[in-house]
Amino acid sequence: MPTLNLPSVLTPLANGQHTIDATGQTVGEALDDVVRRFPSLSPRLRDQHGAPYPFVTIYLNDEDIRFIGGFEAPVQPNDELSVVPAVAGG
Amino acid sequence: MSATLARPQQALTAIPLQCASCGRPHEAAPAHVCPVCLGPLEPAYDPDRPLPDRTEISARPRSLWRYREWLPFVGRPVRCLNAGWTPLIDAPRLASALGVSRCLVKHDAGSFPSLSFKDRVVASALNAAHAFDLPVVGCASTGNLANALAAAAAREGLQAWIFIPYDLEPAKVAATAIFGPRLVRVRGTYDDVNRLCAQVADRFGWGIVNVNLRAYYGEGSKTAGFEIAEQLGWRLPDAVVTPMAGGSLVTKLAKAFGEFLDARLVHGVTPRLYGAQAEGCAPIVRLVERGDDALIPVKPNTIAKSLAIGNPADGRSAAQLIRSSGGWAAAVTDPEIVEGIRLLAETTGIFGETAAGVTVAAARALAQSGKLSGDDEVVLCITGNGLKTTDAVSGAIDVPEPIAPRLSEFAAIVQTHHQSTPT
Repeated sequence: MPTLNLPSVLTPLANGQHTIDATGQTVGEALDDVVRRFPSLSPRLRDQHGAPYPFVTIYLNDEDIRFIGGFEAPVQPNDELSVVPAVAGG
Repeated sequence: MSATLARPQQALTAIPLQCASCGRPHEAAPAHVCPVCLGPLEPAYDPDRPLPDRTEISARPRSLWRYREWLPFVGRPVRCLNAGWTPLIDAPRLASALGVSRCLVKHDAGSFPSLSFKDRVVASALNAAHAFDLPVVGCASTGNLANALAAAAAREGLQAWIFIPYDLEPAKVAATAIFGPRLVRVRGTYDDVNRLCAQVADRFGWGIVNVNLRAYYGEGSKTAGFEIAEQLGWRLPDAVVTPMAGGSLVTKLAKAFGEFLDARLVHGVTPRLYGAQAEGCAPIVRLVERGDDALIPVKPNTIAKSLAIGNPADGRSAAQLIRSSGGWAAAVTDPEIVEGIRLLAETTGIFGETAAGVTVAAARALAQSGKLSGDDEVVLCITGNGLKTTDAVSGAIDVPEPIAPRLSEFAAIVQTHHQSTPT
């Protein structure tokens, strides 16, 4: 079962959990599954049009999902999804 | 060069934050993300705070702290008191080569202590770490920030964890490791390092300067803009060309010029802002060119490793500010970067790193395309030192064969030189 890693700023919306199990065949389906159980997360993960926010990056394992098909990218049982807010340059 | 500043005894406090996206207020904290919309947090200055005039600023020690009312603290700074106040150097031969009226170089390649503009942001970030009583600091870096943080942390006696891509230039690795930080080389790009550091800041609660101290860190970049204005005699140039990695420097320069205009320390309009990137990593340039609002990340492939950020956090803001200022952006190839380094060196006596080559080559491309006018007074932000990236230019430099210590051999060289030099 794939898992979703949340930053601390979002954990209050998921009963304090940093890591949540998710079901689904794609990134979008996995996020939808989590949002069904934690509806308050919904507007934090996607904007009102269902698109990702420009200042948030979602990774599938080590890859930015924008390079591999976005929400349509397929997920495998042992995959890790991570929500990471933007970081300044260095 | 900066002057020595007496170290004050009283601590300082960091000012509150607000979300740059939704505007919601947030308490002063080592936090960078709005808990409501996940937008970036930025300092919320008191609009009624007393501000100094030109005379008062001019009488202060020559460091970036002479502009302390525009930095995100109340009280006097306690760390990195000597950072800033780099020279603004007239470059008439470079102006002639570019085809502009006047060219000046903001010489952060000579910044104290680590020879890049990152000394500015680290100065701000380490004072924030002090305000929040964070004993451990860190950063994700393409090299210059690693140098700057390692140097400053060593001086202040702080433990520093520094995360870099594994393939960084050897000089930048050495110029970090020499200060004795905990150096972590990550198998991946800078964007991979960034992601890891975001999770480290979240998990360990350290002061990661460009993650959870980002709101305070970034404000240090404004001081380059303040210095440009003051060093020009309290006025603004027509145009500023700056390299872009995460895009923050462009946004902070625009903010600095706007704040000095608001304070009536200068008059006129914000300079046109021009951004420079390498062709192998130009997501912000492409965004400026397209004119839309959707940054498309890229996989970097360029010798300009200090600019190799494929997913720039401030890219959208930078592109918007560039367009609204009337400026533009340009991307240059790796050979053009090397030629830019050479042109800067041969016309100004300044050896800049690959980012400097990007800036100079982009300025030339912008002038040739008419985006910079022949009447323009242009400031080029040279943000890092060429001694850190010598491997980038080694293949383009002619190193002569050695000679025996005999006058006859040298005379032969002179004769050859005379024969090959046009009269």
